[in-house]
Amino acid sequence: MSEALLEVQNLKKYYSASKGMFKKFGDSVKAVDGVSFTIEKGEVFGLVGESGSGKSTIGKTILRLHEKTDGDVKFKGKDVFSLSKKELRQLRVQTQLVFQDPFSSLNPRLRVGDAIGEAMVEHGLVSKKEVRERVLEVMEKCGLSPFHIDRYPHEFSGGQRQRIVIARAMALNPEFIVMDEPVAALDVSIQAQIINLFSDLQRENGLSYLFISHDLSVVEHLCTKIAIMYLGNIVELAPKEELFDHPLHPYTKALLSAIPIPDPTAKRERIILTGDIPSPINPPSGCKFRTRCPMATDLCAEKAPDYRDAGGGHFVACHYV
Amino acid sequence: MDTPNPIVNKQVKTVVKSPSIWKQTFRRLKKNKLAMISLFFLLFMFLLSFIGPYFSPYILDRTNVANMNQPPSAAHWLGTDNYGRDVLTRLMMAGQISLTIGIAAMVLSVMIGSLLGAISGFYRGVVDMVIMRIADILMSIPGLPLLLILAAILSEWKVPAEYRLYIIMIMLSFVGWPGLARLVRGQILSLKEQPFMQATEVLGLSDRRKILHHLIPNTVPLLLVVATLNVAGSILSESALSFLGLGVVPPTPSWGNMMDAANNFMDFRKRPWLWIPPGTAIFLTVVSINLLGDGLRDALDPKMRR
Amino acid sequence: MNEMLLQVNHLQTNFYTESGVVKAVNDVSFAIREGETVCIVGESGCGKSITALSLMQLIPENGKVEGGEINFAGKNLLDLSKKDIRRLRGNEIGMIFQEPMTSLNPVFTIGEQMIEPIQEHLLLSKKAAYKKAMELITMLGIPNAEKIVNLYPHELSGGMLQRIMIAIALSCNPKLIIADEPTTALDVTIQAQILDLLRDIKKEFNTSMLLITHDLGVVAEMADYVVVMYAGKVVEEGPVLELFKNPQHPYTKGLLKAKPVIGERKDRLYTIAGQVPNLVDLSEACYFADRCEHAMDICRVKQPVLTEMAKGQKTACWLYEDGENQ
Repeated sequence: MSEALLEVQNLKKYYSASKGMFKKFGDSVKAVDGVSFTIEKGEVFGLVGESGSGKSTIGKTILRLHEKTDGDVKFKGKDVFSLSKKELRQLRVQTQLVFQDPFSSLNPRLRVGDAIGEAMVEHGLVSKKEVRERVLEVMEKCGLSPFHIDRYPHEFSGGQRQRIVIARAMALNPEFIVMDEPVAALDVSIQAQIINLFSDLQRENGLSYLFISHDLSVVEHLCTKIAIMYLGNIVELAPKEELFDHPLHPYTKALLSAIPIPDPTAKRERIILTGDIPSPINPPSGCKFRTRCPMATDLCAEKAPDYRDAGGGHFVACHYV
Repeated sequence: MDTPNPIVNKQVKTVVKSPSIWKQTFRRLKKNKLAMISLFFLLFMFLLSFIGPYFSPYILDRTNVANMNQPPSAAHWLGTDNYGRDVLTRLMMAGQISLTIGIAAMVLSVMIGSLLGAISGFYRGVVDMVIMRIADILMSIPGLPLLLILAAILSEWKVPAEYRLYIIMIMLSFVGWPGLARLVRGQILSLKEQPFMQATEVLGLSDRRKILHHLIPNTVPLLLVVATLNVAGSILSESALSFLGLGVVPPTPSWGNMMDAANNFMDFRKRPWLWIPPGTAIFLTVVSINLLGDGLRDALDPKMRR
Repeated sequence: MNEMLLQVNHLQTNFYTESGVVKAVNDVSFAIREGETVCIVGESGCGKSITALSLMQLIPENGKVEGGEINFAGKNLLDLSKKDIRRLRGNEIGMIFQEPMTSLNPVFTIGEQMIEPIQEHLLLSKKAAYKKAMELITMLGIPNAEKIVNLYPHELSGGMLQRIMIAIALSCNPKLIIADEPTTALDVTIQAQILDLLRDIKKEFNTSMLLITHDLGVVAEMADYVVVMYAGKVVEEGPVLELFKNPQHPYTKGLLKAKPVIGERKDRLYTIAGQVPNLVDLSEACYFADRCEHAMDICRVKQPVLTEMAKGQKTACWLYEDGENQ
């Protein structure tokens, strides 16, 4: 067994929906509503869900960019939310985040070299003299040319900007990177380049990723273990092969069947879910998926299903599997 | 919609020194005719005020009773005033004073305003409350009456004329900083929500670095525009005060107190060379600064950049 | 074969920007028959959206349609007056945009925004228009039509709004629907609903459809005929089955290989090296030459023209012009 790098236990994150003096009690957005999972060293963990499922909130909360509402997050055995200031700085070196939008995640007034190098100097990883050399090294690793170092972000295309963002994260030599929809804003031909870069970096450096995405095909390509989220809960979690070959939860099945396949001759059973994703302010009682589930019964409205092991590390939350 | 964005799609292959954002801004500014005319006029005004006096054969405060109230002539291009002093020389010296006060007041208020605004926006909480309430109070009192009261107190204290200059600067920046502080604070608040600021958090950068290297540089374009417009405001306020005899007082010349001639019925009717030149100088300078400020704002427009 | 509905010939749309002239749509020709769905597929900046907007003459201010013709039901749209174009929009051609949230006015109710165009284009009374709006909403599978019409756009989800947009586009029984990335902003399960709906509509009304998308999956599901664009030009076109089974142009091949597909577990993804070229100051070379692994000498000096291949497929690539044109 490899060791657990990140352990998330029953994590909850609520946002208060009404602002100001007249806060109504209980009127909150349950962005993450009791989520547990473990990421092992060297693992690429996929977190999949549609908008409002809380997947991005999880990514930011485990890095302590947001405060939690409840639950535990342990990184290398240490509780992330009770770190001292010094330990938190340590965590900032060990963990990194890659954002979805490569346009807004780079400071427009900072040259590429400074953007990549400043944190290295700040944390005392290299001296000011060596920094340029180190930056060039990292840039090369991430597929950027040396002459890019003195340019400003606005001179780059989306794909290259994402390489800069990745280089900025890699500069600190982190062990764990949260990827928040890192290829969603990119075109197919560029997306493939970036995904390959992710695999290379992961393999060469023994990194662990939390890869957040709405695109199951990308997740299938890159991840080893995958969790499917719906309205703040994980509904199914399994190793990749298991999840794609034997999906158990009706939502996972519908999601898989909804993805358009680039082959006009492909014949398949399509499960089209009816209705919309309910609001996380006022989610349905019992199982949150029941309003759209083709198999829903009275039991689903009464009681939320347990999140249990269906065998072989395949976890699912449904009354009927 | 995928409008092709030429800058984004630029193929970065050839090695060219990257055009900095300032160069690009200047390139855009160059296309704005009004702004360029204004810029050149202001340059001319500066040269006239700061270098012009060296070429003048007349000494500033030398009175010449034999040569009073002369209309413009070859010797005195803009005539002489009622002490026989050369109006052109006085106009140039007054320009020095007015422009210096305008710029110095702007620099002071930008320094105070952006520092307090940045602190307010970055740290929020009680600090923010205190700073912003003080700014609110200052902003709720109309500027000119406030200046009048301050100036009246000064007159009571009998401050010597040469120090009044500095006190006017401080007074003007005292009125000017709240607006700037608010602006900077608003800018910082919105910048803080940008993903690149979240990235500084993830990278574990210090507050100092976040403010000085990430937040302030991003407020500079806006500050530049507002500061430019602020100079115009300061020049106007100074002129108004001096005109009323509460700002820069004679014998130190300023465009405002030269306009005082218009207060005298005889001068107003019979000797327009006394008040038209300073009036025109104020008017054109202020208009030019405003046009340049507008031009800068358009040139820096983030919608055109990215 | 059905009759031609829309024929675009040598369309040229240029944008005038600070850094120079951008040939956003560069000599683009294609046709849509009655009842046919044509997909224009390409990556951002390839000119697919501008092509659609050029048809409706809705391009942004610094752009201009500078050449070619757009024949729609016997008229050249580029010759029509502004007033006639406006009549045509919404009447004979319906449009659906990517962002349903921003395509609707936030201060009017759904009902008001639906009834107005119906009244204007079909010259119906307010009551009749209301009835028609209700019918449309019900037909598009939206429950509680009476309630929906009184809501404001922000009270509805993206998927719901996109249905409303489709209802508005359909309200005057258009002959052609232009849908610009209609599902890109939506979640996968909602996208499946909307695509299903668009298919049903096509069957029921026999409308033609011009679908603009970057998603090859959507193309495979929806299209009868596919046009692949790159850097403002059509690089390949053909019937959907042929194009997917037997892509000719290296760019099309690359796109199909670069996209990860469910169930296909590869170790590495195929990549097309490099970036999309800057559309300012393009040379005479094939625009794809820099990224193409089959690039030959001729590719760097001369642009290939769209040439008919077997089975109605057309490709603009020097690889397939052995000897003839050299």
